Amino acid sequence: MTGNMRNILLFVIVFALIGAVGFLQSWNVALVILNMGLISALMALGVNMQWGYAGLFNIGIMGFVALGGLATVLTSMPPVTEAWAAGGLRVLVALAVGAGTIALAVRAWHRVSRRRGLVVSTIVVVGFIIYRWLFDPAVEAIEAVNPAATGYLGGLGLPVVLAWPVGGLLAAGAAWIIGKTALGLRSDYLAIATLGIAEIIIAVMKNEDWLDRGVKNVVGLPRPVPYEVDLQQDPEFVARALELGLDPATASSLYVKLSYGIMFAVVLVIVLLMAELSLRSPWGRMMRAIRDNEVAAEAMGKDVTRRHLEIFILGSAVCGIAGAMMTTLDGQLTPGTYNPLRYTFLIWLMVIVGGSGNNWGAILGGFLVWFLWVEVEPMGRWLIEVLTAGMSPDSALRAHLVESAAHMRLMTMGVLLLLVLRFSPRGLIPEK
Amino acid sequence: MDVLNAIVALLNYVVVPGVAYGSQLALGALGVTLIFGILRFSNFAHGDTMAFGTMVTILLTWALQAAGISAGPLPTALLTLPVAIVVTAVVLLATDRVVYRFYRRTRAAPITLVIASLGVMFIMNGVIRFIIGPGEQNFADGSRFIITARQFKAMTGLREGLAIKVTQGITVVLAIVVVAALFWFLNRTRTGKSMRAYADNEDLALLSGINPERVVTVAWVLAAALATIAGVLYGLDKSFKPFTYFQLLLPIFASAIVGGLGNPLGAIAGGFVIAFSEVTVTYAWKKVVGYLVPEGLEPSGLLQLLSTDYKFAVSFAILVVVLLVRPTGLFRGQSS
Amino acid sequence: MTTEARPATPTVAPGPATEPFLLGEEMTGGYGPVDILHGCTIGVERGQIAVIVGPNGAGKSTAMKAVFGMLNLRVGRVLLDGEDITGLTPQARVAKGMAFVPQTNNVFTSMTVEENLEMGAFLRRDDISETMEQVYELFPVLREKRRQAAGELSGGQRQQVAVGRALMTRPTVLMLDEPTAGVSPIVMDELFDRIIEVARTGISILMVEQNARQALEIADVGYVLVQGRNAHTGTGAELLADPEVRRTFLGG
Repeated sequence: MTGNMRNILLFVIVFALIGAVGFLQSWNVALVILNMGLISALMALGVNMQWGYAGLFNIGIMGFVALGGLATVLTSMPPVTEAWAAGGLRVLVALAVGAGTIALAVRAWHRVSRRRGLVVSTIVVVGFIIYRWLFDPAVEAIEAVNPAATGYLGGLGLPVVLAWPVGGLLAAGAAWIIGKTALGLRSDYLAIATLGIAEIIIAVMKNEDWLDRGVKNVVGLPRPVPYEVDLQQDPEFVARALELGLDPATASSLYVKLSYGIMFAVVLVIVLLMAELSLRSPWGRMMRAIRDNEVAAEAMGKDVTRRHLEIFILGSAVCGIAGAMMTTLDGQLTPGTYNPLRYTFLIWLMVIVGGSGNNWGAILGGFLVWFLWVEVEPMGRWLIEVLTAGMSPDSALRAHLVESAAHMRLMTMGVLLLLVLRFSPRGLIPEK
Repeated sequence: MDVLNAIVALLNYVVVPGVAYGSQLALGALGVTLIFGILRFSNFAHGDTMAFGTMVTILLTWALQAAGISAGPLPTALLTLPVAIVVTAVVLLATDRVVYRFYRRTRAAPITLVIASLGVMFIMNGVIRFIIGPGEQNFADGSRFIITARQFKAMTGLREGLAIKVTQGITVVLAIVVVAALFWFLNRTRTGKSMRAYADNEDLALLSGINPERVVTVAWVLAAALATIAGVLYGLDKSFKPFTYFQLLLPIFASAIVGGLGNPLGAIAGGFVIAFSEVTVTYAWKKVVGYLVPEGLEPSGLLQLLSTDYKFAVSFAILVVVLLVRPTGLFRGQSS
Repeated sequence: MTTEARPATPTVAPGPATEPFLLGEEMTGGYGPVDILHGCTIGVERGQIAVIVGPNGAGKSTAMKAVFGMLNLRVGRVLLDGEDITGLTPQARVAKGMAFVPQTNNVFTSMTVEENLEMGAFLRRDDISETMEQVYELFPVLREKRRQAAGELSGGQRQQVAVGRALMTRPTVLMLDEPTAGVSPIVMDELFDRIIEVARTGISILMVEQNARQALEIADVGYVLVQGRNAHTGTGAELLADPEVRRTFLGG
């Protein structure tokens, strides 16, 4: 009971911190932190399922999050009919040929016994040539269609909320490929493999302009909530805002952010509920038994690799959903901004700080670390300014220090990680 | 004549850059594999260690340049490299004392050490960006080429030129010297042998009176030297940018794993396998093929298998194939 | 490995004739909270062979490890040539002249035979070639294979490397944990012969053996442990003749 009180208190403190931002800075900022906090908590939840339940070390979270972002574009943007006419079908056929080649090569590797290497490489080479012959002209044609505004195939034009489950599916697919390769080997290998796939996913999203305009970004994604401008022109909304003593501009902005917040909270609660239920189910108990003693579990006839694959896919899917939600919130997909320190290692910090193995801990860590991440930068700048106040304003050192203050948060996060790992390895809310 | 031109083009665009890049990866992978062999964890801070050592080298190089000291035709960075190695070694030893030693004493699971190395990576990354900034730095000075394409053409009368940069020459020479010294150390000296013994069988090493702390200390010093040299060579050859060094983690780990984690010889082989795969797959073969096929049949496309943006995908693909087919690597590494 | 190979111990007065050179006295303790040893006493005289035998789970290896300092004793003490070494780490005991050959993983598999021997002598700063020569004389096959990786050798040869490695420190006591586990009977006889030879050079031998009968045949003193306690103690011949030991333990 006291443990529960302590945990509730921890959550109260975190929300009080966010509330303090509301009172001291602005409610807009507080809601921005809250919304990203919700998304971060969801990501941390996904990672905690992998690490906390099963001890799987995934450092490619960024890739799964980015796939969620890609899903929003593919689901919600209107299709570019001209581009489809120019080469849409051909690209799809090319991709099918590519996938077929790999599948055939894998099959051949398992089936053929004589001159296996030769057969497989012939399949790969021939398949690759056909693939490129189909693919290159199609891409060129698509990217030539109004490159300033589109130059890509567009999406399916479906409601953007549908992109969230789609993001989960895309991430799950990538996780399946990785899991099939690297699970069952030593844990470091999974780490390297996930690190690699994340880099590749980002590279694809940056360079395949026909898919998502690459570094030209896709802006103006449809929103699941009304636009501020529309709200401000709605006389009923304006009247209600004035009733509450808010000017319509502020009110509209708060309204939009709150709507997002509620939607994200609903998703978080659903996923949390499912995660908690599964953890208490026989499946969850088996998962933890495997984590605590893999050898014994294997000896008892448990298919460890299979179970690991399941949890790895599930956790990655949650990260994908969160990634789709994040891109929806941003309203644009900017592949150039995905950065492993922010989208992989920060999430890890959330899980470790919160308490690995405990879903509530992961959520708490998500909010707390996100809050710190946002607030450490202004604090660092303030600190540097105080420290350098004595220097002459045009000193080069001072300018350099003030300019570099932004990097202080990397250090802060690293120190936080090491401190928690060393002195409180079970995190703020330890596993029960 | 055309075959000759094709060979020269191949040398110029594939072999020479591949050898230089392979040497850099091999040195990086040696550091990773050494720490893995002795401390038994994958050190994710290795990329940032390379960046740190390189940063120190650059800062000292700037100081020397400001003082008007140079190494003539060679890059000034070669003069400051030894000092940078010492600084990096001190930093790594301090890190070991503050961070890793505790987990070693408590015999923590390797994954805990990996996570700790992530924390160290964060901090190093922040320190580097704080000191030198996240931008790109070029610090190569001295003469640029051992032989330029034009000189080569004038010498041989061929249509294709072969250019070898000074930095490429230095990379290869230094890599050979460093690897030779490392293998001499590991195979011929008492301390080196004790490190191999410790990596092979920790308990038996203890029974033989080998001092684990000493072995660990030497391992960090060697890792610092290898990382700094690899980082400086890469920076001289291309340029220094903190994020690029972080990204080098993937090909470096791929090299170490492909060769067999914990196996120094494998790390070198792995480095060259990864480097040559990257270069050949991302090179546009149009020119080479153009010389080889009869006139009129020259390819119209670039004949580039993958755009250079996907070079990481190459190391990754090789890594995946090796993990699937032979998880212990080409040379048998430590499996646990 | 003649007498001059042993470090001289003039500062420590030799104990009374009845007190063994190495003695683990009334040892009680285990790896965790549960005791495995209960007041167990093990000792060996200079240049003699002591063998610990007993059923599975009797704590034979544990008793040996306790003597070597690989677990904490709650009660009891360990004396080496009259000196109390209970508080020393295994590494410190190596420096004191004790050598230990573990049952498994007892060679550096990736290193050559010669390098294995060199590593055995790691603590020594003097010329080790003479000792290495003695090891090669004791195990001639190792000389042939000295450039080969120890991991490539047969089981029996590996055991020879393991014993050779331990001898390289010029120990006064050699401790062997089941040296004949997993080797053929012929190799076992050969190994026992070598062990007797080692003991003749003045080195005390303490070993745990699964092959009780053969081991007791070469033992100067034997300890039968049952559930962490001394059940029977005597010379090898006495124990082999003891009807109780024969019936309960040696199988008739």
